Amino acid sequence: MTLVKTSYDRRSFLKITSLTGGGLMIGFNWLVSCQSKPEAVLTMPKEWFKVTGFLKIGENGVVTIMSPNPEIGQNVKTSMPMIIAEELDVDWKNVIVEQAPLNTAIFTRQLAGGSQSIRQGWEGLRMAGAAARQMLKEAAAKAWNVPVDEITTEAGYLTHAGSGQKAGFGEMASAAAQLEIPKEVKLKEKNDFKIIGTSRKNVDGLKIVTGKPLYGLDYKREGMVYAMVAHPPAFGLKLKSYDASAAKSMPGIKDVFTIETYTAETSKNAFDATSFTELVVVAGNSTWEVLNAKKALNLEWEQIEDYVDVFSGYAPGTKIERNMPAGSESTSSHKALMAAHGTKPGKVVRKDGNPEAAFKKAAKIIERTYTAPFLAHNTMEPMNFFAHVTADKAELVGPIQTPEFLEQTISSRLGLPLEKIDIQMTRMGGGFGRRLYGHFGVEAAVISQKLNAPVKLVYTRESDMSYGIYRPSYHAYYRAGLDKDGNLIAFHVRAGGIPESPLAENRFPAGAVDNYLAESWAIDSNISIGAFRAPRSNFIAGAEQSFLDEVAEAAGKDPIQFRLDLMNRAKTNPIGENNDYDAARYAGVLELVREKSDWDKRDKKGRGVAAYFCHNSYVAHVLDLEMESGKPVVKNVTCAVDCGIVVNPIAATNLTEGGIVDGIGCALYGNLTFSEGKPEQNNFDSYRLIRHSEAPKNIDVHFVKSDVDPTGLGEPPFPPIMGALANALYNATGKRYYDQPLIGSQQILG
Amino acid sequence: MATFNLNINGKTHQVEADPATPMLWVLRDHLNMVGTKFGCGIAACGACTIHLGDMAMRSCQLPVSQVGNMPVTTIEGLSENGDHPVQKAWLEIDVPQCGYCQAGQIMNASALLKANTNPSDEEIEAAMNGNICRCGTYTRIKKAIKTAAAEINGAA
Repeated sequence: MTLVKTSYDRRSFLKITSLTGGGLMIGFNWLVSCQSKPEAVLTMPKEWFKVTGFLKIGENGVVTIMSPNPEIGQNVKTSMPMIIAEELDVDWKNVIVEQAPLNTAIFTRQLAGGSQSIRQGWEGLRMAGAAARQMLKEAAAKAWNVPVDEITTEAGYLTHAGSGQKAGFGEMASAAAQLEIPKEVKLKEKNDFKIIGTSRKNVDGLKIVTGKPLYGLDYKREGMVYAMVAHPPAFGLKLKSYDASAAKSMPGIKDVFTIETYTAETSKNAFDATSFTELVVVAGNSTWEVLNAKKALNLEWEQIEDYVDVFSGYAPGTKIERNMPAGSESTSSHKALMAAHGTKPGKVVRKDGNPEAAFKKAAKIIERTYTAPFLAHNTMEPMNFFAHVTADKAELVGPIQTPEFLEQTISSRLGLPLEKIDIQMTRMGGGFGRRLYGHFGVEAAVISQKLNAPVKLVYTRESDMSYGIYRPSYHAYYRAGLDKDGNLIAFHVRAGGIPESPLAENRFPAGAVDNYLAESWAIDSNISIGAFRAPRSNFIAGAEQSFLDEVAEAAGKDPIQFRLDLMNRAKTNPIGENNDYDAARYAGVLELVREKSDWDKRDKKGRGVAAYFCHNSYVAHVLDLEMESGKPVVKNVTCAVDCGIVVNPIAATNLTEGGIVDGIGCALYGNLTFSEGKPEQNNFDSYRLIRHSEAPKNIDVHFVKSDVDPTGLGEPPFPPIMGALANALYNATGKRYYDQPLIGSQQILG
Repeated sequence: MATFNLNINGKTHQVEADPATPMLWVLRDHLNMVGTKFGCGIAACGACTIHLGDMAMRSCQLPVSQVGNMPVTTIEGLSENGDHPVQKAWLEIDVPQCGYCQAGQIMNASALLKANTNPSDEEIEAAMNGNICRCGTYTRIKKAIKTAAAEINGAA
């Protein structure tokens, strides 16, 4: 039995309120780590004591859970309430799940990103459910005049066996609301779970399949003006002048004007990516009219000058500075620059042993280089936001992964206090990191302020894809030294990119090789970038896992056994400090995928394996493909995942399948190129996303049985599939593939 | 501007619009039927799929002036209570992740099953290839189409 404290230092993690119509409401913080050591509490941020979610029990017994986190398709709107319902002991059928609004007075720090929602929410959600159950039991004990410990709960009912008393939660809810919050509560034993670990379908499923208005783009308000923005066609350009006379005279057009998303005075945070300083706005009565008028704009552009963009960092008082060089960049020049950096020493970020001496002694040295292009997020719902700004308040509605950060920026940009800004979150038509960057929300607010009207800002697909905030372009050079027995005695990685390095120097195989060298470099660029599903891992995993496959082959070893031997070394006798993975769990997913894919028994033709650790979870894939007319057809993917306790298996499996499909698509086809600063792809006719016929014919997902608290899942299955794919391509064609997109415009492989 | 009498989901709707306006925006902006989604505007993603008669059409490329008397069905009108075999199968298989593309996927799949009640894997892939799902739910969509086909065939 786990006992957890509900308060520290006279501050409580839980807030109780009685409901006007009768019933109980408990506010809780989903970020709370209730098993923290007392000494850690002293440094706990104040925000941990702020309410971020609610649990309501009405007198009719219906439980409403306000899910605190934005829903981007990772299914937290179902999974997070499941955790509360488990500890509360209610029938899932009587639970209603609502998206909690962002209300600055009570909600804080709602953020979907980094696969952290369930991991961080786990303890706080459990505590809230357990506290409510305890209070209901106490209310029943008082009413029935029996000892509280003799009362049991099941499926929304309180029972006292001795006296034969029984009551629904709803009957005791109002009385429970009058009680003090218990100082500590008991959490369930993990093997007593009845809801966690069982499959529960998407709570919004029926609304989705019947076309109900759920998404930001669906939101409407009487008298709403539609707006679109025009931005420079190329990075490195800014607006010089514009002539809107033709556009302004078109039917349904209200106004054409320019805005600055951020002014020099705006205090920007890490999620205020700036691609362009000034935008031209077209506002009118309908999307179609605005779309046509936008095409009639006469716009002139000029070159930007060098500047430094400054943002506040995650930690208070810190700053992030980004150099934005003038000039028009092209993919061809990017490739040449990256190739040049790849051959000269970078900044040494980790060194174990004596790599150079070991390489001199090596019987065999393997050197390979891997590259990947910029990628666009391409959420199916284009960027959009609703804003209604008046003299004394701002009301915003839309799809955003970082509402609290957006609120801060809007406060600074409009000069309104935080409590006068209300942001409602809608369901999101995909995120993948793109909606962490809320410039579109700021734009909508500035446009609404200027028009003094409610405004819906809509990006066309072309604007969405050419605005920037891309996955950076990356480059990694690897070198491995083997002794005469095929043992890996030296390992060197030198990785960089435009404008950031993808290197994670403390990840495997760091810790498993005596002589290890990791170097990093980066090239400034005026092309804006942002987090993209599994940032940095989304390239370096595929590169590293392709390279290790080739090294294993050179060593004459089975690729899974080769990795397992290294992990065993990292487990029993690790090299160096700060190794950022648990070698036993890492090996666990490889062993599971080896078993489930019949690895040892089956022919390796067209088979590839890869494993990776990121966002606190471990994933291994075996991918089987066949070449048909020079094209790879993925027949099967066997996947093993260790993400701790799986809260909702059907949703976890779906998310894993999605990461696999997405990863195969990005690796084979994803490619955003530039000519003179201009993105050369701006819609789905030129930017290729994976389609039905290209998806794997079958995917088998297996979870490692675990009682470790849950870790991330939105991102971890995505990076390693790229390595498994590249390795399978080699085993099918006899040729190694080093540069993404692996197919791109080239149709025939082999 | 011109006046159009449109037969949508069994009801007549009168709309004043520029004749070139795509049905996508007539549905979304004029009639507040927002189940039909905007994805690309160039008929390259399938999010805006509706039925014109029994045919799946990309509404972003269908000018309102070309609809005439043809009956239009949108996701809102596919069934009264969300119980079309395709919708039921989508819930049964728990297909959606973000869900944004799913209305278009469902409209395309239901048109496919009207034309071919027992499609093979290859026929499903060919018919569905114009509908992009960025979340990658393709394997579940295929399973759901087969589940729906089984129900349709079982009931026949």
